[in-house]
Amino acid sequence: MPPETAAKTVAPEAAQRVLTGRRFMLGDHACAEGALAAGLDFFAGYPITPSTEVAEHLASRLPAVGGRFVQMEDELGSIAAIIGASAAGARSFTATSGPGFSLMMENIGLAAMMEIPCVIVNVQRASPSTGLPTMVGQSDILQARWGSHGDYGIVAYCPSSPQECFDQTIDAFNTADRYRIPVFILMDEVVGHMAERVEIPAANEIPHVPRKRPRTKPEEGIFLSYAPDEDLVPPIAHAGEGYKVHMTGLTHDERGYPELTPETHDKLVNRLVDKVRLNALDIVDFDEQHVDDAECVVIAYGCTARSASAAVDQARAEGLRCGLLRPKTIWPFPEERVRRLLEIGKIKRFIVPEINLGQLRREVERLTQLPTIGLNHAGGAMPTPNAILEIIRS
Amino acid sequence: MNSADSVARKPMDLAQADVPRGEVHIVAERCKECSYCIVYCPEDVLVYTEETNAKGYHYPMIAEGKAEACVLCKFCDLICPELAIHTTDASDEAQGS
Amino acid sequence: MSTPQQDDFAVVHPFDHLMRADRLPHILCGGCGIGTVIHGYVRAVSESGVDPDRHVCVSGIGCSGRAAGYVNVDSYHSTHGRALPFALGIAVHNPELKVTVISGDGDLMAIGGNHFIHAARRNVNLNVICINNFNYGMTGGQVGPTTPIGAKGTTAPQGSIEHPFNLPYLAKACGASLVARWTILHVRQFTDAVLRSMDKDGFCFTEVLSPCPTSFGRRNKLGEGLDEVEMYRERCHIENGAQNLEELDIDIVDHEQPITVGNFVDIERSAFHA
Repeated sequence: MPPETAAKTVAPEAAQRVLTGRRFMLGDHACAEGALAAGLDFFAGYPITPSTEVAEHLASRLPAVGGRFVQMEDELGSIAAIIGASAAGARSFTATSGPGFSLMMENIGLAAMMEIPCVIVNVQRASPSTGLPTMVGQSDILQARWGSHGDYGIVAYCPSSPQECFDQTIDAFNTADRYRIPVFILMDEVVGHMAERVEIPAANEIPHVPRKRPRTKPEEGIFLSYAPDEDLVPPIAHAGEGYKVHMTGLTHDERGYPELTPETHDKLVNRLVDKVRLNALDIVDFDEQHVDDAECVVIAYGCTARSASAAVDQARAEGLRCGLLRPKTIWPFPEERVRRLLEIGKIKRFIVPEINLGQLRREVERLTQLPTIGLNHAGGAMPTPNAILEIIRS
Repeated sequence: MNSADSVARKPMDLAQADVPRGEVHIVAERCKECSYCIVYCPEDVLVYTEETNAKGYHYPMIAEGKAEACVLCKFCDLICPELAIHTTDASDEAQGS
Repeated sequence: MSTPQQDDFAVVHPFDHLMRADRLPHILCGGCGIGTVIHGYVRAVSESGVDPDRHVCVSGIGCSGRAAGYVNVDSYHSTHGRALPFALGIAVHNPELKVTVISGDGDLMAIGGNHFIHAARRNVNLNVICINNFNYGMTGGQVGPTTPIGAKGTTAPQGSIEHPFNLPYLAKACGASLVARWTILHVRQFTDAVLRSMDKDGFCFTEVLSPCPTSFGRRNKLGEGLDEVEMYRERCHIENGAQNLEELDIDIVDHEQPITVGNFVDIERSAFHA
């Protein structure tokens, strides 16, 4: 946190950045608290159901700990503002839902191309278009991966509980800064509007991965904003630090200057993709339940994973060899783990329940010839454990 | 309103005025022949060269007999879109003599 | 990828240190006024008394959007229409920085129009220079939100039939703290307006009329850049503090109509500080 955003004069209780302790919290509020714990400096957003509670919570909490909250005129402005603030060194953040996420797509590409870290929460609702604004959906999975034009790398987390909303928001900030990329938290309406126990650790136990910063002083020569280290991630200098950076959405050289050639473009875009692809093993996060000897593996995420977990437990109680693989990062998808499970050779089929018409199932089908059964609903309701259990039994 | 036809008023103490003297510096390779410096020079110091720069533009040069005519108004510098021309103070004091 | 070192070229203009001089000559056409505005901006940076390290330049897309690529301060060439919210993020997060947005009329007023009215309404501490050449130059001369009625563009071959924005009137109505309109011929005046803006807290707006000989001038029989600038010299009428901004539309077609320029608004209005 830069010195100018140091805490203003507010009551000590309100000025507590990390609300250490056991709390009962909405998923949306837990997400906001995770952002605060991660060191959030700047929030810009526009009201949209079912994410509005994130903004409302931060409107009072963020200024109280010295950060800055701006309600923008639209989501186009929100995403542009958080990228600008991040370019000036802020840990920055916005929260939205499907229609707003669509509006943000162009500048998500800008953040990827300029390599300016930022975190975007999409509390998914039933879509397309205005859809069912107050009801659950999981249909922005592929949009999150491919929504902006062109090729680029991103990371998307997918929490299944308010606790994970808190934890993964912290992960999202660390991953964004570590790789200089936009990072998404794909919540859904059920998780966002669900209240559960959230354990908030002590401030000094919150994991913090800083940005890679210039290793030379401005007066020691020209700083190259886009000269990558071996991990393909370049250090970043912020506005106002004297490095005279230039950043553009145009294809650029290592200095950041436009260099409009096919060779430069191919090299740059490959690096943008590879810095996530080649670091995937460090980024990927997942959870498992009884997969080691499973013949039937359910792959589920977000609120759907809660029903899937109950279904798998019930099936096990009935003596059925089934398990649950729960990607906590939807992107990168834990494909190495799926490949490993396939190598073990016990799996006979996959079941992928989701609140869309088969978006993540495509990713599973890409990895295996085995039967992959979807349990799909276009949105508005989450699958029950029984519905999943019936497919496991069949 | 400005008009090219208007009669310029002449200060009564013009004879006593100490008119500054400037030296013009031209960066030929930046010039794109927009003419602003040539046309808006109050002393008609500049004309185009016969030859062109690498990009094919004629660029300004000091007109014959105008080597000492620049009055350091700096307008050629200010309006140049290319930062291709500027003037420096060429008065005796500025030269340190 | 080649990355020239600063030592590879000699300083040939006294403001080269504020330019990314290794990138000159820039891509803009001969006679285009955008270079004059960039030149005026770096002059204002130099005269502002604020360390260039504390200046930031943000632009959008288009010919004017290329400004950020030539000025040697921290500079960001953002997306089409989004220069203002991008700049807001910088300015709000770090109020110590002097953030200037240089962009075109199409970028700021059409695709970015919503951000413009709200940034002015909030009175965000930004210094905005709108280079108005009455058309979309980079894409080849389409009409835009400032194209005067009757003026031609590739998307209005018979002449524009839409009413254009009167930018100073719009900016004032939205709540800008400072509003000025000049042309590139009034280089001392617009540089002074930009300098004043850098010193002022709140949303400051300077419109600079600028020739676009390649796309707008040619199609509208305005001749070369010089001819359009001559037209400004003949038709411009300075009226500082003009109260009748609603009457100050620009008529390019009728050469009898004056074009009013000046420093119109300079008020104290509490600026946005999140």
